[in-house]
Amino acid sequence: MDMNAYLSMFIDESNDHLQSLNENLLRLESEPEDLSIVQVIFRSAHTLKGMSATMGFEDLASLTHEMENVLDLVRNEKLKMDNFIFDTLFKGLDALESMVQDIIGGGTGRADVSAIVALLQSIFKGEYKNESASAASAASADGSSGSEGILDEFQSSVLLQSIEAGHSVFHTVVTIREDCMLKAARAYMVFDFLERSGEVVKSQPSVQDIEQEKFERSFTVFTISSINQEELKNGIESVSEIESAVVTQLDSESLFQLGGRPTGASSPAGTQSAASAAPAPAAAASSDAKAAKAQTAAASAAPSGQGGSAALSRTIRVDIERLDALMNLFSELLIDRVRLEQLASEIRRTELSETVEHMSRVSGDLQNIVLKLRMVPVESVFNRFPRMVRDLAKSLDKKIDLVITGAETELDRTVIDEIGDPLVHLLRNSLDHGVEPIPDRIAAGKEETGTVHLRAFHSGNHVFIEIEDDGRGINKEKVTQIAIKNGVITADEATRLTDNEINMLIFAAGFSTADKISDISGRGVGLDVVKTKISSLGGHVTVESVEGKGSKFSIQLPLTLSIISAMLVKLGTEKYAIPLSSIVETGMVRREHIRKIHGNLMMEFRGSVIPIVSLSQVLQSPSYSEADEAETEIVVIRKGEKLVAVMVDEFISQSDIVLKSLGKYLTNIETISGATILGDGQVALIIDPNALIK
Amino acid sequence: MGEEMKVIVFGLADEEYGIEVDKVRTIERMLPITRVPKTPAFIKGVINLRGVVLPVIDLRGRFGLSESEPTENSRIIIVAANDLEVGFIVDAANDVIDIDSDNIDSPPEVVGGIKAKYLRGVAKIGDNRLLIMLNLSEVLNKNEIIQLEQLEG
Repeated sequence: MDMNAYLSMFIDESNDHLQSLNENLLRLESEPEDLSIVQVIFRSAHTLKGMSATMGFEDLASLTHEMENVLDLVRNEKLKMDNFIFDTLFKGLDALESMVQDIIGGGTGRADVSAIVALLQSIFKGEYKNESASAASAASADGSSGSEGILDEFQSSVLLQSIEAGHSVFHTVVTIREDCMLKAARAYMVFDFLERSGEVVKSQPSVQDIEQEKFERSFTVFTISSINQEELKNGIESVSEIESAVVTQLDSESLFQLGGRPTGASSPAGTQSAASAAPAPAAAASSDAKAAKAQTAAASAAPSGQGGSAALSRTIRVDIERLDALMNLFSELLIDRVRLEQLASEIRRTELSETVEHMSRVSGDLQNIVLKLRMVPVESVFNRFPRMVRDLAKSLDKKIDLVITGAETELDRTVIDEIGDPLVHLLRNSLDHGVEPIPDRIAAGKEETGTVHLRAFHSGNHVFIEIEDDGRGINKEKVTQIAIKNGVITADEATRLTDNEINMLIFAAGFSTADKISDISGRGVGLDVVKTKISSLGGHVTVESVEGKGSKFSIQLPLTLSIISAMLVKLGTEKYAIPLSSIVETGMVRREHIRKIHGNLMMEFRGSVIPIVSLSQVLQSPSYSEADEAETEIVVIRKGEKLVAVMVDEFISQSDIVLKSLGKYLTNIETISGATILGDGQVALIIDPNALIK
Repeated sequence: MGEEMKVIVFGLADEEYGIEVDKVRTIERMLPITRVPKTPAFIKGVINLRGVVLPVIDLRGRFGLSESEPTENSRIIIVAANDLEVGFIVDAANDVIDIDSDNIDSPPEVVGGIKAKYLRGVAKIGDNRLLIMLNLSEVLNKNEIIQLEQLEG
């Protein structure tokens, strides 16, 4: 069978499962008593194991298997989660993630996981810490009564007596190859062999079912045998088309664990199950003695699985490259549409105008759909943060709660892809510099646990992402000093800065307030990188801070990076586009209404006085100057609370424009955020309104 | 014998220059150029090349030669190197020739100073023809541009 056809599906689903494992483990960490979460985790791990084994990623399967073993004990209340177990499970998850990454990168997904496996096994055996073993054994009594035994009382007593009489009792999971045509026949051959070498006490599913091929790929048998473990395994595996036989020799404890009912006083209270006695370093086994339990788990999961597939069939996964191609084609169409509209208005034929109008409406709807297709909830970025914050807080020895709100807020895929790194940087900054160490917090009369809020929300044509901590805030004195020392500002300038401007200094290039370079931040990369990145996305970042109370970073991002509504304006022979989202209104101003205040041009606008900016001056326009005009067109733009009137030559029209980058050669051009192609094929530059407001 | 390579030959201020053919995307006639403010003078602006916005550099300006008005023969050579795609305005582009890499000498001492960096060497073709081979990655080096600006400014 060609596995490559399934590889992308495998990768997608593995990522989903890993994500869910991560999330739910974190949830469990905050609510360790909630066993329903353990069930979800267990099911994810189990599915992942099955998928990996099917695809032949043995290391992945075996590590998941070990994790599953531990989770199974927890699920059956035979083991209580503690920090050590959480840490080990998280380590396991990290290893799984890097293996899946390797597979994505075209690798084999192999990795040396023996250290983590050993840790997991020690947890499983209860060796890692004695007190947990005793706790587990105390819990085992009611745990066992809850679990359905595979063996009935008669069968288990037969097996138990055999063990006590010194016979070898084996639990065997036989897995038949997936491409096997006659499963029942192969199963028959296995039974034939088992019966020749001993006695079959119980099989799961029943012999009748197996004969009628009513089983998936594996079945479990309990046998009393005259041959040893190795011979039994080899004997079964010598039957053709058998993928594996996992043979476990049972003792009274593991028998009880594996499905025996508590038989009164003889019921031993142990935390070990058969698998712990499993011979092989589990790395070799793709499926294992656990399959018996796994089957019950699969059975219980099946109904919900069917429900899930019904919901799944309503969505499809689309390769993002196809969406990008669709987007590019659509933007070509949009340019032609604008051209057609122009032609229609010149030619003035009713039929043409009507057709073009209809086409415009259809393409408008199409545009909405295409854009919506590209929208992804920020969740896909946010969901890696709880884990990151947990690990960081541990390494910093701080207690930090991360509160995420608005994870369902949607953003264009291209923005999502780019926004992760800046957010990581800001979060690290909050954790490292913002939230104080525990003693400092107590001294400051705060709670031990710091809170970091991560919020996303829509507002108009923008999405805002905020990171707010209740830490120590920005030390303005220190910031000013460092800024002067690093030559960012002069001492003279420093005295004139407002509080907000001082806060913004931390975004200046080459700035770091960290006294010493820590592991987390201060690797020579400052917040200026964050600012540059966000600007390149067409957004901007601000910071508010109250010393001793905390800081809030606020990132404003455009909804989409591909198509925006803009006002096209003229400056002499040149045409520019101003994004509509920042335009408050357009109007005219007479020359005599322009006033000079402290050398700055100002005008009255709706009862307040706002500055006037000459676009032709800012852009060094060669063919236009408003100086000799009695009346000038103005565009009033907004950035937060601030308003500015921008003088232009002439308005052309409002239009949907396709954003194009200026390429890698022209980067960081002040006041220009990109380019677009107009209907006539000309390139028009897009003004960055934020750059016009100081 | 060294390696044979195909070279696009173009003229610039009475001299002939060469760029390896695999670095050249297309050669276009002059197109409308949109000025981009706040860029060095030799960056003429951006063009729309079949839906892609590309910056255009006046190679005369880049080499510190006197700039001239475009003529009938002026061409925009679209080159791609170091992940960058840029158009060069040249006086004329009319030849593709094969040269032997053995025939490329390092630039003569006379061509000293900052310009030497842009040159990969000088190729002799035929009896009396010299071709100046461009070092594209240096010509497109943006850090260098800043330096040059400071020198000029």
